[in-house]
Amino acid sequence: MSYTVAVAQIKPKKADYQHNLARVAGVFEQVAHLSPRPDVLVLPETAMSGYFLEGGVREASRTAQELFTNLLARFRASFPVDAVLDVVVGFYEAAEGRFYNSALYATLSGTECPEPSRIVHVHRKFFLPTYGVFDEKRFVDRGRTIAAYPTRLGPAAMLICEDAWHSVSSAVAALQGALSLYVLSASPGRGFEGATTGNLQRWDRLLPGIAEEHNIFVVYAGLVGFEGGKGFTGSSRIVDPWGAEVVRGPVFDECVVSGSVDLDLLAAARAGTPLLMDLESNLGDLSLMLDRLVRGPHELLGANL
Amino acid sequence: MSVLEPQLLVVAAKAFDPADDTPLALNADLTVEWLVEFLRDEIVRRRGFRRAVVGLSGGVDSSLTAYLCALALGAENVFGVRMPYRTSSQDSLDHAAMVAEALALPMSTVEITGAVDGYLSLEPEADGRRRGNVMARTRMVVLFDQSAKLAALPVGTGNKTERLFGYFTWHADDSPPVNPLGDLYKTQVWQLAATVGVPEVIVQKPASADLVVGQTDEGDFGISYARADRILYHLLRGYTPDKLVEIGFPASEVGLVVGRLSSTHWKRHLPTSAMLSTTSINDYYLRPVDY
Repeated sequence: MSYTVAVAQIKPKKADYQHNLARVAGVFEQVAHLSPRPDVLVLPETAMSGYFLEGGVREASRTAQELFTNLLARFRASFPVDAVLDVVVGFYEAAEGRFYNSALYATLSGTECPEPSRIVHVHRKFFLPTYGVFDEKRFVDRGRTIAAYPTRLGPAAMLICEDAWHSVSSAVAALQGALSLYVLSASPGRGFEGATTGNLQRWDRLLPGIAEEHNIFVVYAGLVGFEGGKGFTGSSRIVDPWGAEVVRGPVFDECVVSGSVDLDLLAAARAGTPLLMDLESNLGDLSLMLDRLVRGPHELLGANL
Repeated sequence: MSVLEPQLLVVAAKAFDPADDTPLALNADLTVEWLVEFLRDEIVRRRGFRRAVVGLSGGVDSSLTAYLCALALGAENVFGVRMPYRTSSQDSLDHAAMVAEALALPMSTVEITGAVDGYLSLEPEADGRRRGNVMARTRMVVLFDQSAKLAALPVGTGNKTERLFGYFTWHADDSPPVNPLGDLYKTQVWQLAATVGVPEVIVQKPASADLVVGQTDEGDFGISYARADRILYHLLRGYTPDKLVEIGFPASEVGLVVGRLSSTHWKRHLPTSAMLSTTSINDYYLRPVDY
């Protein structure tokens, strides 16, 4: 199976949901005329509001259902009645009296398309950065799961920014069977000593590392624009299961990054370096070790073996 | 023959050198590109201005700021304002004009002597510190009024070293809403200034607030910017003062830098309001500057 991805890296207007919804509608209009037309459109972390909201999360958050309903209406205004598009988008979510930094995966389809429109999955950011410039734990709750889920384009999973900085997150997603991993990010640029900013260097190590270790496709969507002096570093990209970059967007500018994801290539990549299968084989022992760590986090594991 | 022959090559890590400036060296081109984008985004997209106004002192900070603004907005959209007091040095005025000419940006000169002396005539006993603060605050009155007149956003010029040392007049030099240099140590400002083409005479001259004849920043501090920046760099990364001395920084200089830093935290904050409720602004009611 092969499908086409479009990543829209945008500068949202701070805390203005309606404006940003209209911006996404404009992206729908644009990608509806791309050739090939994308099968999935990916937008960055907090694309519906901007990232640094502090207490404004209360005002800018929406339920997944409301976002889905709004996106579907905009989709149907731009796409033919028989069209279908999966969309991955970051937003502040209001749910059951709590707030989350979430990513919605939804299938949007026209009124005459046999594929049903539906919310496929909502991922709530699992690792909330709360250090330095970040203060997420103060304003949102953390998600409790990292989950792969079936889509019409094969099994997929989503991670949000720091989720992906922990190698265990992508390992969990890959072990559950995700073949495509969507990483949504709002990554402020910092560290200007090297060829690129320090945070981008980190992503440049991480994303190919994730793809290569688990032999999966990684689609990265990075926010752009400045918020209160903090500039996000874009660089949306697709990475193939050997860790090679298929395409990459610019650091500063809004754009659509488009490329093909050919899941048929995964078998070849996995045959070459079957690390995921090795991980599966050793999962029992790893689980025992992890379980001991959970029950006695301050014990040195080696001393008790 | 010994089994240890031949001896193995020893590859040893380089010893820490307190005089090493490498950690402070920036990718200047990347940083300039970033700051230009910052100015475009914060001035035009976020605040809806197309023009900027910069107080040109003739020093390296305001010169670099003017160059960055010209790159971001086009020189014709950057207004330079010289605001001399009667004791300001001719070099300062000439160097400000040099920047305006090099960039071909519009420049005006607003003498602050009348306003400053008008007030100080009521306070003839005011010492140099008070007089300097009156000058700095008068310059901000002018800059913000020029902003309203020209529909141009005031752009700040304070660097990270002087911010950390509290070497500025509170709610004066630090008051413009946008500042591209605020996270750059002074030595990094020099590096960027040379990169964008600020005239060498400005980059090389001793930094001075020019509030008193013959005054220099480094004379006021009792330490050079180069030495202070190296200490600040490590302090802010979490090295303790004791650790800095242990790895080779002079205790007297560490003490001087720590003293300045520790005694000026208040200058880097908004005024302290008495908290009475659970909706106290910036304590409970938290919204970012661009919300």
